[in-house]
Amino acid sequence: MVEVVIGAGETGPGAAIRTHTMNFGPQHPAAHGVLRMVLEMDGEVVERADPHIGLLHRGTEKLIEYKTYMQAVPYFDRLDYVSPMCQEHAFALAVEKLLGITPPPRAQYIRVLFAEISRILNHLLNITTFGLDIGAITPVFWGFEERERLMEFHEAASGARLHANYFRPGGVAKDLPPGLTDRIMSWTESFVCFVDDLETLLNENRIWKQRSVDIGVMPLEEALAWGWSGPCLRASGAAWDLRKAQPYDVYAEMDFDIPVGRNGDCYDRYLVRVAEMRESVKIIRQCIARMPDGPVKTQDHKITPPSRAEMKTSMEALIHHFKLYTEGYHVPAGETYTVVEAPKGEFGVYLIADGTNRPYRCKIRAPGFAHLQAMDRLAKGHMLADTVAIIGSLDIVFGEIDR
Amino acid sequence: MTMTQASLAEGIAASCPHSVLSWQERLGEVRIDARREHLRTLMRTLRDDPRFAFAQLMDLCGVDWPDRPERFDVVYNLLAPVANRRVRVVVTTDEATPVPSVVDIWPAAGWFEREAWDLFGIVFEGNLDLRRILTDYGFEGHPLRKDFPLTGHVELRYDEEAKRLVYEPVKLVQDFRNFDFLSPWEGMTTLPGDEKVHRG
Repeated sequence: MVEVVIGAGETGPGAAIRTHTMNFGPQHPAAHGVLRMVLEMDGEVVERADPHIGLLHRGTEKLIEYKTYMQAVPYFDRLDYVSPMCQEHAFALAVEKLLGITPPPRAQYIRVLFAEISRILNHLLNITTFGLDIGAITPVFWGFEERERLMEFHEAASGARLHANYFRPGGVAKDLPPGLTDRIMSWTESFVCFVDDLETLLNENRIWKQRSVDIGVMPLEEALAWGWSGPCLRASGAAWDLRKAQPYDVYAEMDFDIPVGRNGDCYDRYLVRVAEMRESVKIIRQCIARMPDGPVKTQDHKITPPSRAEMKTSMEALIHHFKLYTEGYHVPAGETYTVVEAPKGEFGVYLIADGTNRPYRCKIRAPGFAHLQAMDRLAKGHMLADTVAIIGSLDIVFGEIDR
Repeated sequence: MTMTQASLAEGIAASCPHSVLSWQERLGEVRIDARREHLRTLMRTLRDDPRFAFAQLMDLCGVDWPDRPERFDVVYNLLAPVANRRVRVVVTTDEATPVPSVVDIWPAAGWFEREAWDLFGIVFEGNLDLRRILTDYGFEGHPLRKDFPLTGHVELRYDEEAKRLVYEPVKLVQDFRNFDFLSPWEGMTTLPGDEKVHRG
């Protein structure tokens, strides 16, 4: 819904319409959720953009303070709901750091495998809906078909297509079903062809380039000052990727490249994401090739539940199970700021534990929050239609921004 | 640049002796407790001094400790991409005392400070746009304070007669339950007299 208020209270002589205020959203298909943006316009040129966020605020951080560590995991799925597993990853790593445990190797490979599948899921959604915003309809039909295949893998591993609740402190919830890795491997072969097709649709498309090249340019210096991270920062020219710079789980063993843009405009942000999908495929293949056998969660049953079979015969296992699902586990007092390279950028969890079974404070650092904050800087001087392109290229999801 | 975390913290403390109260390194992360009045000097040094070069403010948040005389912590998580290092700066404040804003040092601080104001009621001096950000228009209170109830104070519904949304006090069908798992046996990892066992 776009409503226009013209010439707010300016009626005197010579006061021709200078600026008018425009309400963009909160129910606008190009707002990617519930963004309300108050735009001050000079004709069709944006003079000031003031995003009003919080329409999807659910008090996640407050709720987590009242839940045990294990109960807090599903909240992370519901932040950025198009890349759920990457956020569970950050929370799992933070809790593991405070507990001082390391998950077994197989769990680490599974996590990296699914973190990269999530990255492709996320980038597919972003690229295709960005295309939809500025007039390209075909990519969305093609991309969502691929997304459906990936969500089948999600479902096979975790039982849920979207809200997986799969990465837990200490490992993953359960082992992969037999044959899944082969299916993923054969999917990677067809997916590379899909990316080629996607690029032939968009890369040299005249309309696509007219709408995205030199739109919303962010120089590197400013991108850093605005707290940018992830593909948006890389599109501005920084070869900064937490998977390389501060590797977690088995990313240190993976061989992949960091795509970097040059101009920091909407087109470069698109190119970086496409290139990242190809790199993710490389990582997925390496994960499957090297994945060892073994347990998928740490064998300390004070933290992870014992197996069903064990519970049928062992009294101790039954007690562990009962205590774990009622009281949970106690995390020693301490604080940590743990980050992962989520598909959208640096996703951080600042976790304070006070020695009880519940987090004392869990601050969630969402990459989209910092990206959207720069909206005024990016949109100033652009046409109204370009703000839509900028929003699309920033890859914002309100689940994580509003928390 | 091969500076250990400890020498980094020492270097920061040496270059801003007035600002730094203390520092510690735990779990490989450096935490610097700073003096609120001299926060901006410290932050400027951290950003501009090439030895530190913390170009990015990644996160800013409040933490509530209601039992302390100055109940709030304001936590700044900084990142230096060139040297690949992080540092955490913490200042304390209470409901009334403003914290100097760092929005002119890192523009990213703007929304994060608004969020800390909205959720905790921490005032930032120098932030010219300190509006609420996450909560509803016209919201009262600061929800992430520990004395704010999880259920909130008001609930919202659509009134068919008035044809608009109305706010009403929260009515709970079942009382809010808060389980206390801190039994003296469960929570304790070292029982009195057991110190020798764990030392070995």
